[in-house]
Amino acid sequence: MATTERSFIENVWDFFCSLKLTLFLLISLALTSIIGTVLPQGQLPPEYVAQISQTKLQIYSNLGFFDMYHSWWFITLLYVFSLNLISCSIKRLPHVFKFVSEPTLVLGESLRNSFPLKKELAFSGAAEKGVERLKEFLGSEFSAPVITEQDGEYHLFAQKNPWCRLGVYVVHFSILVIFVGAIIGSLAGYKGFVSIVEGTSVNAVEGRNGQPIPLGFEVLCEKFSVEFYKTGAPKEFKSILTVLENGQPVPGFSKVKVIVNEPLTYKGITFYQSSYGQASEGSEHYFTVFSRAGGPPVRIATREGAVVTLKDGTTFKLLEATQEVRQFAPGFSGPAARIEVTPKGAAPQTFISFRDFPEMNAQRGDALIFGYEGTNARMYTGLQVAKDPGVWTVWLGCTLMVVGLFIAFFMSHKRIWVVISKGHARMYGNASKNQAAFGMQFDALSEKFQQLKI
Amino acid sequence: MTSSMLFNLTTFAYLISMIVFFAFLAGKNKALGLTGSYIAYVGLIIQTVAIGLRWKESYDLGVGHAPMSNLYESIVFFSWTIILLFAYIDIRYKYRIVGAFVVPFALLGMAWAQLGMNTGIEPLVPALQSNWLLYHVITCFLGYAAFAVACGISIMYLIRTAVEGPDSKATAGGLMSMFPPLRVLDDLNYRSIMIGFPLLTLGIITGAAWANYAWGTYWSWDPKETWSLIVWFVYAAFLHARITKGWVGKRAAWLSVIGFAATIFCYLGVNLFLSGLHSYGGSKM
Ligand code: HEM
Repeated sequence: MATTERSFIENVWDFFCSLKLTLFLLISLALTSIIGTVLPQGQLPPEYVAQISQTKLQIYSNLGFFDMYHSWWFITLLYVFSLNLISCSIKRLPHVFKFVSEPTLVLGESLRNSFPLKKELAFSGAAEKGVERLKEFLGSEFSAPVITEQDGEYHLFAQKNPWCRLGVYVVHFSILVIFVGAIIGSLAGYKGFVSIVEGTSVNAVEGRNGQPIPLGFEVLCEKFSVEFYKTGAPKEFKSILTVLENGQPVPGFSKVKVIVNEPLTYKGITFYQSSYGQASEGSEHYFTVFSRAGGPPVRIATREGAVVTLKDGTTFKLLEATQEVRQFAPGFSGPAARIEVTPKGAAPQTFISFRDFPEMNAQRGDALIFGYEGTNARMYTGLQVAKDPGVWTVWLGCTLMVVGLFIAFFMSHKRIWVVISKGHARMYGNASKNQAAFGMQFDALSEKFQQLKI
Repeated sequence: MTSSMLFNLTTFAYLISMIVFFAFLAGKNKALGLTGSYIAYVGLIIQTVAIGLRWKESYDLGVGHAPMSNLYESIVFFSWTIILLFAYIDIRYKYRIVGAFVVPFALLGMAWAQLGMNTGIEPLVPALQSNWLLYHVITCFLGYAAFAVACGISIMYLIRTAVEGPDSKATAGGLMSMFPPLRVLDDLNYRSIMIGFPLLTLGIITGAAWANYAWGTYWSWDPKETWSLIVWFVYAAFLHARITKGWVGKRAAWLSVIGFAATIFCYLGVNLFLSGLHSYGGSKM
C-alpha cells in the first residue's frame, strides 16, 4: 500500500516536472487565447446577441467564452502553468547550484573523450614546472585555475561566467513575479471612469461595476479644449485639472495639463484623458436673425429642442449644436447649429447655421438669415481612472525577464581544463552556449598554448 | 528625388535580387549568389536613405514624426529589418542561399506597401504622440523580422528533410547540396529566434508600459495584445521543444513556421479581421 502511494505521489511529481506538460500548456494557452480575440468579451453588443442562436449563446456563456481570460478553465491553465514552472525549478535548481558551486575539477576519461575541443602540448621539463607555467598562462589568458593533483596527474580547471547557467531560472522566476504583480493589482487596485464638467469638481469616480468609489480628494476641471490639424484630424485633447484637498488647491497639482499620453497621478491614482463632450443640459445657444427686408437684427437665446416663434410668425427650433463642425461638414470649421425653420404657412426646412461663415448663412436666399453665435454650454472631460499598486511588481518582473533572457541567450559558461601528465599537457574546452564562437576563442588560446616553452 | 521614388527603386532592387537568387538556386553559380547579395545590399542602402528622407519630408510638411506611424510605414520598416538581418547572416555565417528564402518576404512587403497602400504622410493622432511609439514599433518589428528569417530557414529545413527522407544518412545531391546541412539550418533557426524572442518580449513590454502610461492598464486583452502573447507562447514552445526528446528537429521547425504565421496574423490579420485599439490611425483617443 505504502509503495503504491509513494509511486502515485512520484507520478504526480513527475507529471508536474515534465517538459512535455510545458509544451502542452504553452500550446494550449496559445490556442485557447484565440477564442477571446474572435468572440466579443464583456458586455455583449445587442447586434451580436441578435445574430447568434440561443443555444450557441447559452453554450458559449456557460463555457465562459464571453469573459474567457477570467474563466475558471483559463485561470486553471495558468495555475497548472505556474505549478509546472515551480516544480521544474525545484527539481533542477539544486543540480544547477551544485554544478556551479562544485565544478568538475578533475576530468575523467569518458568526459575527456566527449569534448570536441581539445589540444595537446608536448614538453620535456618536469610536470611541476609545467603546472606553474600553465597556471600563469591560464590566469593571464582566460581565468585563474584551480589545481588538483590526482593519480600523478595535475588537473587545472578554469571557468568564466558559471552563474549565467541561472539565466533561464531568472526568466522563469520573472513570470511568477509578473503573476504576483497582476494579482496585487486585481485585489488592491481598481479601474474607473469619471466625467467632470468645466468649472466643477468631483470626489468620487464610477467603478467598473457602476458603483461609486470615493477618491479621498477632489478633482476640479478648470477647462477642456480640442485642437485640430488643418486636415481636420484631431491634434490634441486637453484638460486643465486641479487637485483639491479640503477645498484648497494642492501645491504642484494646480492647473495641470492632462492630454492623451500625459496623465496626472496623485496619491497613486492616475487620471487619463479619454473622452469629452458638451454638457448640453440647461445651456443656452445664441442666434442672430437678420431680415433681408432690412431692420435691426434680432438676438435669440434658446435651448436644444425648444421652439421659438419670431415676430413674423416663423417658428424656429434648435435641433443640435456643435462647437466644431469639421467632422460633420468637411471644409467648414468652428461652431455650428442644425436648425429647423418653419415660415408661417410653409413647410419646415432643416439646415446648418454657421458662426464663422456668415456668407454661407446668407446664401440661402430666404427672407430671414440665421447666424449661430455660440453657446454658454460648458465642455466636460471624460477621464479614465486607475489605481494599480501591483504595477511596479509587474515592471520588476519584466525587467528580470529581459535581463534573464539576455543572460540565457547571449552569455555562456565557459570551462577549460588542462590535464598535465609526464611529458605532455592536454587542454579541453566546453561552453554552455554558442559553441561556434567559443570554438574560435579556444583555437586562439590553443595557438598560444602551443607556443609555450616549458 | 522623393522618398517615394526611392522606395520604388528599393522594391525593384529586391525583385531583381530575388530573381538572381532563384537563378543561383537553380544554377549554383557562385557569381550569381554574390550578385544577388549585392543587389539586396544596394536596395538596403537606398531604402535606408528613403526612410531618412521620409522622416525629413514629414518635418517639411509640419507634422514631423518618425516614419513608423501607420501600416504603410511599418511594412516598409519590416522589409528593411528583414534585409538587414539577412545581411548579418550572409556576412557573419556565409550562408548566402538563405537569401532565396528570405528576400521574397521583404519583396512581398515592399510590393504590397507600394502598390496597395496609401503612401501619404499623415499627422499623428493624439494616441500616437508618444516616444513609446518608437520604442514599441522598433522592438516589435526587429523581432518580427528575425521570425521571418527563422521561417525562411525552417522552410529550407523542412524541404531538406522531405527530400532526404526521415533521418537518412545519405545526403541528396542536386539542389540540396546548395542547402546548409540540417544541423546548421537547425542552429540558424534557433539563433534567429534567440534574437527575435527577446525583441518580441521587449516589444510586448514596451507596449504594456505605453498602454499603462496612456490608458492606465498595462494589459487589457485587446486582440492585438492577445495575439502578440499567442506568438510569444508559440516561440516559447519552440524554445522548449528544442530541449525536449521527440520534439527536436522537424517539429521545432514546424513550430517556427507556425510562429511566423501567427506573427503575420498578429500584425495584419488582427487589423483586417478583428477590431481593437490598434487599428492604426483610428479615431480612438
Ligand atoms: C510551465 C512553464 C515552464 C516550464 C516548466 C519551463 C521549464 C524549462 C526548463 C526545464 C528549461 C530547461 C532549462 C535547462 O536548460 O536546464 C527551460 C528553458 C527555457 N525556458 Fe522555460 N519553462 C516554462 C515556461 C517558460 C516560458 C513561458 C518562457 C518564456 C520566456 C520560458 C523561457 C525559457 C527559456 C528562454 C529557456 C532556455 C531555452 C534555451 O536555452 O534554448 N520558459 N524551461
